[in-house]
Amino acid sequence: MSSLSILAGARDAPAEEDLLKCVHCGLCLDNCPTYLATGQETESPRGRLHLIQALGHGRIEATDAYASHIDRCLVCRACEAVCPSGVPFGRIMEAARADLSRRRQPAWTNRFVYWLLFKKLLPNRRRLRALSSTLRHYQTSGMQRMVRSSGLLRLLPTTVRQMERSMPALPTRYFEPQGSFLPAFGASRHRVAFFSGCIMPFAYGPVHEATIRVLRHNGCDVVVPRVQTCCGALNVHAGERTMARQMARRNIRAFLDLEIDAVIVNSAGCGSTLKEYSELLGADPLWHARAERFGAMVKDVSEFVAAQPFERNLGPVSRRVTFQESCHLVHAQRISAEPRTLLHAIPGLELVEMAHPENCCGSAGIYSFAQPKLSNQLLNTKMDDIEATGADVIVTANPGCMLQLQAGLERKGASGEVRHLIELLDASYEAGARGASGRRPTASR
Amino acid sequence: MADRQSAILARRLVELLGEDAVLHRPEDVIVYEYDYGLDRAAPEAVAFPRTTAEVASIVKVARSLELPIVARGAGTGISGGAIPVQGGVVIALSRMNHILDVDPANRIAVVEPGVVNLNISKAVEPLGLFFAPDPSSQKASTIGGNVGNNAGGPHCLAHGTTTNHILGVELVLPSGSVVELGGISKDGPGYDLTGLVVGAEGTVGIVTRVTVQLMIEPPAVKTALAIFTSVEDASAAVSGIIGQGIIPSALELMDGLALRAIEAAFHAGYPPDAGAVLLVELDGLDESVTEQTQVVEKVCHDNHAVEIRVADTPEARAKLWAARKGAASAMGRIAPNYYLHDTVIARTRLPGVLADVIAIGERHNLPIANLFHAGDGNLHPMILFDVREQGVLGRVMQAGREILDASVAAGGTISGEHGIGMEKNQFMPKIFSEADLEVMARVRAAFDPTGLCNPGKVFPTPTSCHDTAIRPRAAVAPGHPELWI
Ligand SMILES: Cc1cc2nc3c(=O)[nH]c(=O)nc-3n(C[C@H](O)[C@H](O)[C@H](O)COP(=O)(O)OP(=O)(O)OC[C@H]3O[C@@H](n4cnc5c(N)ncnc54)[C@H](O)[C@@H]3O)c2cc1C
Ligand code: SF4
Ligand code: SF4
Repeated sequence: MSSLSILAGARDAPAEEDLLKCVHCGLCLDNCPTYLATGQETESPRGRLHLIQALGHGRIEATDAYASHIDRCLVCRACEAVCPSGVPFGRIMEAARADLSRRRQPAWTNRFVYWLLFKKLLPNRRRLRALSSTLRHYQTSGMQRMVRSSGLLRLLPTTVRQMERSMPALPTRYFEPQGSFLPAFGASRHRVAFFSGCIMPFAYGPVHEATIRVLRHNGCDVVVPRVQTCCGALNVHAGERTMARQMARRNIRAFLDLEIDAVIVNSAGCGSTLKEYSELLGADPLWHARAERFGAMVKDVSEFVAAQPFERNLGPVSRRVTFQESCHLVHAQRISAEPRTLLHAIPGLELVEMAHPENCCGSAGIYSFAQPKLSNQLLNTKMDDIEATGADVIVTANPGCMLQLQAGLERKGASGEVRHLIELLDASYEAGARGASGRRPTASR
Repeated sequence: MADRQSAILARRLVELLGEDAVLHRPEDVIVYEYDYGLDRAAPEAVAFPRTTAEVASIVKVARSLELPIVARGAGTGISGGAIPVQGGVVIALSRMNHILDVDPANRIAVVEPGVVNLNISKAVEPLGLFFAPDPSSQKASTIGGNVGNNAGGPHCLAHGTTTNHILGVELVLPSGSVVELGGISKDGPGYDLTGLVVGAEGTVGIVTRVTVQLMIEPPAVKTALAIFTSVEDASAAVSGIIGQGIIPSALELMDGLALRAIEAAFHAGYPPDAGAVLLVELDGLDESVTEQTQVVEKVCHDNHAVEIRVADTPEARAKLWAARKGAASAMGRIAPNYYLHDTVIARTRLPGVLADVIAIGERHNLPIANLFHAGDGNLHPMILFDVREQGVLGRVMQAGREILDASVAAGGTISGEHGIGMEKNQFMPKIFSEADLEVMARVRAAFDPTGLCNPGKVFPTPTSCHDTAIRPRAAVAPGHPELWI
């Protein structure tokens, strides 16, 4: 184990150049959800950067305490967005995690779950589909109720228990990327490809369908390449880079030469990972260049639609909504105005801003399983802020956030629902179409 | 022996506060070795109290083990005030961050010390009130730290520094007993002990509650950005504005080097290729603000301003100020390290001392960026360097010392608002006589007879009293003597 790996420029260790950018001013402290929750410098951006650097210089060891501070970071990148000195925090933390995963052996249960998730499930759609069917059966056959009331869950490791708890009710329709071509409604102005991802098609298939409809309403011919795979975000956040690189190369191959104007994503976490493939593949000049070209084509659906004179045949959706900014949209991709532009364009829709919409809800990829205590604490604060708005729909832009906020509603026993931004826009287009054809407009489905 | 002390300390603190409220492992406490300055030293333990009673118990534990105590707010200080240079317990007040009471009729708020400065103004904004001291660190620094360092800020030109806005404090003395100082008005009976606590840099006790005076938001505000080709013209304009009898609520100067970093960080519309800019804010009644804006524009034109832009919407002003307030940190974009200095001179001496600063930079071959509160003559030269360059630290420290000398020679002083801490304590004899320092030491001893409340700060330390160079007690990486972290 090289304790001076940073200085030695070891692969996948944080770069000294990046770390030196932190001038220790502390201006990021009050933007960091984990610092706000604990008041500890060890759980702050500045503290984490200092620890990473101290480990690289051999001043401390990679103990459990060190690992806990690295693990408790949400990688929400709120610190990066506000840092005047331009510290590339996300890049540093991802490398620090890769470095740490080489140095330590996690508990076997977590190792097993992570191996299953990162290496076997996420990259493989067939296995994911089989798992989803089993899970749906588990939910709908009454087995879930039985297991939950039997106390059986208590025998499982915390990670698995937390996963069971936050599992969404799976819809009956899956989304399958099948190489389909879906032409624009009306004149075609763009040709775009749709990125499907790993969890979205199973947990939120209808959101994918809505996204494609919205694109078609906006003059897009949509292609859905079949060979695409999971973006690798969860792997990268957890420090797993080998499989992540394979997935990145596969996706680049699937999209790069399609002769399209953009690669459209509706999951903020995937979007930021796809846009940053060039960092993941930085060591290889050929793939680095390809990744840069690919990254420039990737657009969040709200970013893409709001950037043009979008279709205004919108019907009323009379709901009071509040918008939770997904971290990987607002901090990592700096997209904040566009979703609001779209929401404001929907007639009858009232947007009530919550306090700190930019603060993480505690979902953060696998964080809610890995750090249940802190995750729940962040979720509780978030749900209180949401309740204060009196909104009955929580709008967001990422599957992880949707799952977490749904769990938050259930825990509170609150009514209300969680919707992807694009579902509301889709409902509005549908209402517009019905209005035009003389039928009675409906509210959101 | 020292290890045993630390172990006992950790155990007793955990017994008192619980596991969740104490850090003591080396890889935990190492993040309490820094603030925004250059010095480094880690404590034995860090405690996170939630109440005054808990603070008092921590103080007593430390006292029984004869260990130092050091109060810490957000650690944004620049003179090492919150760094435990002699070890001991850091009392981190971050969890005491509640606004306890707001009394709009009397324009008073009572807050815990860990409340972030800006959060006070945010909380009372709906009432049309604000808390005037606005250090550029206000989105992170705490009211306890502002009290500790008597923080200033851009708007202190018209409103005064922290001390002018603190009515009273609750203080845990180094003995562990609790006293209430001051009250609900500025001129209560007896000694002004509140005034003594403000600016004492945590050497007389731990502040556990603060009563602050709030101000009424002015009806009209305008911010002008005046662009110049040289620092000389800009500083002449500063004297010109004040000479017209106008006291702007803020008057800030930024030079060309600073502007480059600021624009790269914020894209707020600062001209990156200008020689210097002035940010002038005027507030008050509508007519007077309009009138004064015209005068300011004329003075700037007379001093060869190439352009003047006036921001009058809240959004435009907010953008300019957000960039100004993050400006110091933005220097990290143009240099890996910098030494942010702080001295004060009479406003009329500005052009001369600025010329000295530029010459000092050239002499030592070190770039120096300037951005400062020009209205009250508070200079902030930032000496830029890369610590990985062999031997650079010595040159940086020498340049820093020459800047202090230049300020003192011009009748100024060695610190404006960042405090003395462990950065400039050896320079105190430059501006105070032995008798001056002696009386200060006796006052301090009245509060802290054992000298364990933030030791090694403010007063020159005897071990190195001939050594007048600023020497950062920096952590050095093993095998890398020049690598300072
Ligand atoms: C980007 C940037 C810009 C800045 N701009 C300004 C500026 O414009 N004007 C200015 O004046 N300063 C400025 N500063 C310096 C710094 O922010 C101030 O000195 C601030 O008041 C420190 O607050 P803190 O909470 O970080 O205190 P810390 O750094 O934690 O502590 C500062 C001192 O106060 C003591 N202290 C803290 N809490 C307590 C307590 N509860 N009881 C007793 N003593 C206590 C500490 O022991 C220490 O001596 C700036 C800093 C940064 C990073
Ligand atoms: S990460 Fe940026 S904002 Fe935070 S302490 Fe470092 S330089 Fe300052
Ligand atoms: S990424 Fe988020 S949780 Fe991690 S240090 Fe930055 S702000 Fe805090």
